[in-house]
Amino acid sequence: MSKQEQHWEKTRGLLFMTLAIWFVFSIGIFLFGAEMNEVGGPFGYPLTYWFTCQGSLGIFVILIFWFANRQEKIDEEFGFSERGDD
Amino acid sequence: MIKGNFIDNLPKVYGIYTGGFLAFIIIMSIAEQMGMTAKTIGICFVAFTVAIYAIIGYLSRTAQADAYYVAGRQVPTVFNGMATAADWMSGASFVAMAGGIYFKGYGYMALLVGWTGGYVLVASLLAPYLRKFGCYTVPDFIGTRYGGNLSRFMAVVVLTVASFTYVTAQINATGTIASVALDIPFQYAVYVGLISILLCSMLGGMRGVTWTQVAQYIVLIIAYLLPVFWISNKMGAGFFPHFMLADEVARIGELEQQYGFVKNAAADLKTVPKGLAGITKAHSAVNATPWAFISLALAMMMGTASLPHVMMRYFTTPSVKAARKSVGWSLFFIFLLYSSAPMLATLSKLSLIDPSLPTGIIGKSIAEVQSIDWYQNWNQANLMFVSDFNGNGTLELNEFFMGGKAVVLATPEIAGLPYVISGLVAAGGMAAAMSTADGLILAIANAISHDVYYKIIDPKAETAKRLVVARVLLVVIGFAGATIAALEIQGILGSVIWAFDFAMSGLFFPLVLGVWWKRANKEGAIAGMALGLISGAAYLVWVRTGGSGFLGITQLTFGIFGSAVSLVAMVVVSLMTQAPSAATQKMVDNVRVPAGKSVI
Repeated sequence: MSKQEQHWEKTRGLLFMTLAIWFVFSIGIFLFGAEMNEVGGPFGYPLTYWFTCQGSLGIFVILIFWFANRQEKIDEEFGFSERGDD
Repeated sequence: MIKGNFIDNLPKVYGIYTGGFLAFIIIMSIAEQMGMTAKTIGICFVAFTVAIYAIIGYLSRTAQADAYYVAGRQVPTVFNGMATAADWMSGASFVAMAGGIYFKGYGYMALLVGWTGGYVLVASLLAPYLRKFGCYTVPDFIGTRYGGNLSRFMAVVVLTVASFTYVTAQINATGTIASVALDIPFQYAVYVGLISILLCSMLGGMRGVTWTQVAQYIVLIIAYLLPVFWISNKMGAGFFPHFMLADEVARIGELEQQYGFVKNAAADLKTVPKGLAGITKAHSAVNATPWAFISLALAMMMGTASLPHVMMRYFTTPSVKAARKSVGWSLFFIFLLYSSAPMLATLSKLSLIDPSLPTGIIGKSIAEVQSIDWYQNWNQANLMFVSDFNGNGTLELNEFFMGGKAVVLATPEIAGLPYVISGLVAAGGMAAAMSTADGLILAIANAISHDVYYKIIDPKAETAKRLVVARVLLVVIGFAGATIAALEIQGILGSVIWAFDFAMSGLFFPLVLGVWWKRANKEGAIAGMALGLISGAAYLVWVRTGGSGFLGITQLTFGIFGSAVSLVAMVVVSLMTQAPSAATQKMVDNVRVPAGKSVI
């Protein structure tokens, strides 16, 4: 397998992982919205309510930065990252 | 004062700007103490901020195509994040979102999840790859990746339909705010709003829009957060509302139980002015089915990833790496406002319905409520209404009606904040609507000038001529948008949501598969865009004209149907026709690697 194919395979792996986490917090948990709302969440808010106000939103922010860092590492590993800018 | 490169000095420039704006707020509050009228304060706030944007727009003027279309590709990540957040958060987010949460609760909050979750798709599926591609516009990517004028043209069509639906709502919002703050009739205020918008973008194109959007973000975030924190502290609800409103949320639940949601007779409801609503849904309970919530969130997420005015902001970063990080910063800056909207809705609702608070009106006598100053003001502005349906002389929960905008606009006054805050909120709403309108008008004008005029009609045109065409289009599209906005066809939020559905119907899969599926070809992309857009639009018309719809897809989520048709059409047609040429496949390989020269 060429270097580029390996790089793309890893990139794709990271994509699937990112989309899996995204799926859980944007879609998955809301399948059980009514049940989850009976449980207390952070700061004392009902759990589903908290996810819609802050939880899912904040997790998306962290997820994107995490994804960006992982992708940068993959690019560096194969020598495909850009030099001298930011 | 400022030496060296403008880009290196950005933190300093915007630091001074932020300080100056805060100083302006303080000066205005002193002026209020000294007896300046509310009306003058409102005019000062809107006029001062718009003048600043116009100056930034003038200073950013340019005669270079690179600067006009992609701000010279040198916007640092954090600043691009702020600009995107302003680009993104429209008048609807600013003025109507807290109101939507206030009235509809959980079912509406699918929009918060959708409008943030979409950025994960932007970061992982598209933005870095389109940045590497090196295009000027989104149709530029479609046209070059798939080849042929027809695919390019179809992308321009989808872009125009989606963005134009959106922009009329924004011009409408600038008109509403300008008409209230400057006290002029709406049909003139729309054009005042339009001229303010064009001042930011006409001379500098993307460069001008970028630096005004950063300035607009700073104004709108201060204007949103300051009242939320102030009200929360004044009510004694907690000094950091986001972490401290659990008791208030629980208290609203108790009061809802106590009052019950009494259904009004249809004849009674007829007497309520148009556009006002009562509290009929639980504040924090789950009041929508899983599919209703998920389908709306999903439509907004896929729509986010297909809206060209957002995508093109990531063409302005210095590198692919920076584009990825910049998406994270964008969402962070959006998060600051979105996570505050539910808190504002909670504070606003509790302050009105809790009889143990001095501002609470439920349970008071109707005559007493009608004599309150702020009630009279907002009743006159057609945003509040009470009526004694059951004739007992006391105001019940089901007898109180409010407009969605009042949550943001009226809560500061109800809580007893000085008028300077209301002026600030008007400036913030204006900034939010202007920045989004600018991004949208520019996206449409750039697509037509670059993709239709330069790439299809006259590929030999000189830069100077191209930029003249771009600017003329900007003005024409702006006026067309303002003219339609003046007709007031659909409410602010309705047309915003439609724009997402149109964009995802026609563009989501052609964009994503362009990067992630090498086998996707020209014929497939054209079929995907055309059939996606047509079937989505047909579904909307069908449901609007009394059709029953299927699978729980409503007029707000018709993009789910459109994009499904688009996906199937694109895959089937691609597989039935010839694979893309070796050169195209190599181009896709090149897009997938951050290093090296851009593709175009």
